[in-house]
Amino acid sequence: MYAIFAITRFTLLEALHNRLVWLFLLLLLIGIMLAEFMGGISITESLVVKTSLLSASLRIFAVFVISLFVITSMVREINDKGLALTLSFPVSRASYYFGKFLGYSFIAFMMVLLIGFCLIFYAPALQVFIWISSLFCELLIMTALCLLCVFTFTQVTTAITAVAAFYVLARSLHAIQLMSQGPLIDPNSLVQTYSIKVLNIIAHFLPDLHRFSPSSWLVYAETSVDQIIPIILQTVIYVSVLTMAGLFDLYRKNL
Amino acid sequence: MKLNAFFQSSKERSMASIPIWILLALLISLAVQIIWHKYQPVPVAKVTQLSSPPSEAILNAISFGDPVAFSKLSMLWLQAHDNQPGVSIPFRQLDYEVLTQWLSVILALDPKAHYPLLSAARVFAQVPDAEKQRKMLTFVEHEFYKAPNKRWQWLAHAAFVAKHRLKDQKLALKFAKALADHATGEQVPNWAKQMQIFLLEDMGELDAAKILLGGLLESGQIKDPHEQQFLHQRLQELEDKSASSF
Repeated sequence: MYAIFAITRFTLLEALHNRLVWLFLLLLLIGIMLAEFMGGISITESLVVKTSLLSASLRIFAVFVISLFVITSMVREINDKGLALTLSFPVSRASYYFGKFLGYSFIAFMMVLLIGFCLIFYAPALQVFIWISSLFCELLIMTALCLLCVFTFTQVTTAITAVAAFYVLARSLHAIQLMSQGPLIDPNSLVQTYSIKVLNIIAHFLPDLHRFSPSSWLVYAETSVDQIIPIILQTVIYVSVLTMAGLFDLYRKNL
Repeated sequence: MKLNAFFQSSKERSMASIPIWILLALLISLAVQIIWHKYQPVPVAKVTQLSSPPSEAILNAISFGDPVAFSKLSMLWLQAHDNQPGVSIPFRQLDYEVLTQWLSVILALDPKAHYPLLSAARVFAQVPDAEKQRKMLTFVEHEFYKAPNKRWQWLAHAAFVAKHRLKDQKLALKFAKALADHATGEQVPNWAKQMQIFLLEDMGELDAAKILLGGLLESGQIKDPHEQQFLHQRLQELEDKSASSF
């Protein structure tokens, strides 16, 4: 247990040395300025415009920053033999993995708190709390996915591409599924029929990210605390899948 | 041995190195994920109504300096609005007031475009609703006056729709007259300029048709001898018809 917390601590120190906080603060500032500008030019519902744009842009920034940070930091650690050095001590691979995951999750938690602090000026506190809780769940899934991709691909480009593809697909899969039921689909086309079947199979292995932290929760205050429960359950299940798959890869890796 | 080598690269350790609890947890969590997904509510298609467009200035700003590309993209989006994910809504359910606003702003972003005018005259005007058809035709007429020599063909289409679909000869004649009076450029074909003569003939306004056709022939605008002959023949037919009606 001590080893896990030690690794978590070093991961947090690395984030501080990387000036990650400054980068994220800068992105927050850009997001606020963009939202204020768009709200300023809107004729009506300016608060709604600002809140929706700010929440959507901050969610993208948070996912982007945490994914890039986890992937680049882990790839550097593998290339610099930091991983090999850590595992030369009496530390199990699982402890190393959980320590890293805990460290990155804590960074995600800090990001979410900063985002919540910005949003509190635009939406009711309870809605902000529910929204950022959901965003934290989304960031946990992305963190676990980044760790898996790093241990699977061990290269920045491949890992980032895989993570980006996953995110886009998981966020838009429900819309693609709806389109596949539309009238433009030719039921006699074998290619289209089988593509839809493949799509439905893929859907079983992806989390329903489109249900996570939509702007409407903040804008129209249309959610309650109990709506977060399925999101937490989905996060627990999917983070378990990704973590176990990541551990599977880490244990097979010949360092 | 060979099978083992197939599954195991030189950078990987054997499967036996993986603790059994990891394998079990992976399988269980994967199974739970599949079951979880199975019991999630299925996506339901929702019809979204067309909302009013932002102003031209805002659309220009969000086009990142490329209003023409943005105009094309917006036109495709507007055209596909009836085919929303999972549901198809008929054009007649669209709010044509808002639709006209969208077409106007898209045309303002790219004034050389023909797409919004074609969509208005030939796509959105096909609905079985006379009031909505008139809205589209009025939009085409309104936009025609801004560049008559470049947009004449869409008003000609509008005249066709007014005559044959709406069965409104007066409206068709109004459009044909606008064509004759405003689309005077050399690139505009004579059939478009002469449309009002034939419409007048169809409406039984033989005297008016005769005067217009005679005036056209005397003005010397018709240079092609075959066309001159054809129009002279039509003038003769009009005169015969007019004489027989008395």
